[in-house]
Amino acid sequence: MATPVVEASEPDNYYGYRRFRKGKFEFQRDEYFVHIRWPKGTHTMAADVFLRALQRDIAWNFFYGTVNFDGVFGTLNHYGTVDIFAGRFNDAYRKAGRDYNETYASDELMATFKAMLDDWTNRGYDPFAAPEETKHPYGRKDGENRRAIERLRVTAKRMVGLPGDTPLRSDAGGYPVNRHFADVPQDRPEIHAEPGFENEVSAFNLFAYLSRSDVTWNPSVCSVVKDSLYCPTSEEFILPVEHGNDRVEWFMQLSDEIIWEIKHKETGAPRARVICRAGDICAMPADIRHQGFSPKRSMLLVWENNSNAIPALIQSGKAPVVPVVF
Amino acid sequence: MSDVKTVFGALDNYQKGGVEVIDDDPRNYVFSNVFEVAARSKPYERVAVGKNFEYVIEAVRAEGTSPWYACAHDEFALVMDGRVEVRLLKPETPAVVADKAGAVALGAPPVGRKMGRVVAGRGHMTLLPKGSAYQFHADRASVVTIQTIQGEVTIERWADICQTG
Ligand SMILES: [Fe+2]
Repeated sequence: MATPVVEASEPDNYYGYRRFRKGKFEFQRDEYFVHIRWPKGTHTMAADVFLRALQRDIAWNFFYGTVNFDGVFGTLNHYGTVDIFAGRFNDAYRKAGRDYNETYASDELMATFKAMLDDWTNRGYDPFAAPEETKHPYGRKDGENRRAIERLRVTAKRMVGLPGDTPLRSDAGGYPVNRHFADVPQDRPEIHAEPGFENEVSAFNLFAYLSRSDVTWNPSVCSVVKDSLYCPTSEEFILPVEHGNDRVEWFMQLSDEIIWEIKHKETGAPRARVICRAGDICAMPADIRHQGFSPKRSMLLVWENNSNAIPALIQSGKAPVVPVVF
Repeated sequence: MSDVKTVFGALDNYQKGGVEVIDDDPRNYVFSNVFEVAARSKPYERVAVGKNFEYVIEAVRAEGTSPWYACAHDEFALVMDGRVEVRLLKPETPAVVADKAGAVALGAPPVGRKMGRVVAGRGHMTLLPKGSAYQFHADRASVVTIQTIQGEVTIERWADICQTG
């Protein structure tokens, strides 16, 4: 396949940032803001809000369903192709006919998104980090932070720590315990394997593993039962996107607290607030969008069903938008 | 010394959150708490607290010694509170058919080779490898969640465990 074309301007004489164009969408940043233009409108977002969302959309390869950067702009994954939209999931824009949508091969849009994130992320700013842990992203262009933005998402094939699978985290490996998890025990399970079963008698300290995560809001696969993926993650501050999943996902709160704001997936109308504390477990229906607020860094188990048959089943009404009816 | 306090739950010490409805039905969120479910369960009842098509998360009150189980696919046990020993054995002949979904409780301890054992504390995740048989033991009441597929040992009692109003 040909290398996707990235349409970028020369750096701006004053701000130092490049402008980007994908189809009829235009993206521009200044000291504080990102400005988006499309044939039917314009939109403005704070640069940090935009960059944190862009970072997640890239790291998750457009994720499941809709990634709303805010109430107006976002992407909708069709797994191979992806929509880039403005106002598509906003009641007022839809009713006024102001919503706008373009579809691209995923790799093609990804190339532009990656180039934009790279150009607009300054030295010392880490879009994966909580605001207390990183410099602010404002101001004119100042260097880059490729080491931060090119981190790979962890995806275990069977379980973290198994031979040949994704490794445990340690000080030596560059994963110190996060300041908010300084009190999390780092003990290990006792493992007594009989000869010949060393590869199968296996266990690890998941809470210690999560206490050493250097990113926030980045669900990473840690254990796998066929299409059932445990994607635990450490959370602090605000989920940078409003996620409108195309299937049911589940949250099991492992520590501390997250407050979820739930809105209607299509219109954005508020539906509920869900408060999750340690041990709480709940489903996110397939017809909502959710955004989480974590006052302290917390451990969240995101549980996904990766079956690619599900979105069509739900869209056609063959499967309900809730996981259990009782 | 940091004064940070990470809050984990325990069987006798958990603070449940909940659904605050604006314009919705709380049942849509299938909201429960694994410590509360375990506190109200008999030892080794495997109660579904999460379900996504055929897949489930079971919450288990581990107390004393469990039956032996076998499963044709991998499962993962995460200790949420307490201390649980997992004893693993490789049956001489397969204890379940290859396409059987979920765990099966075995009537008698299977004949086979000892694979080993794991003693897991809070936050520890243990692989229950496919094709093995396993047994839990906990000296005092503990809580385990299991990532698995719904099977004959899975108990569903959603109306009893979930927020309805
Ligand atoms: Fe989500």
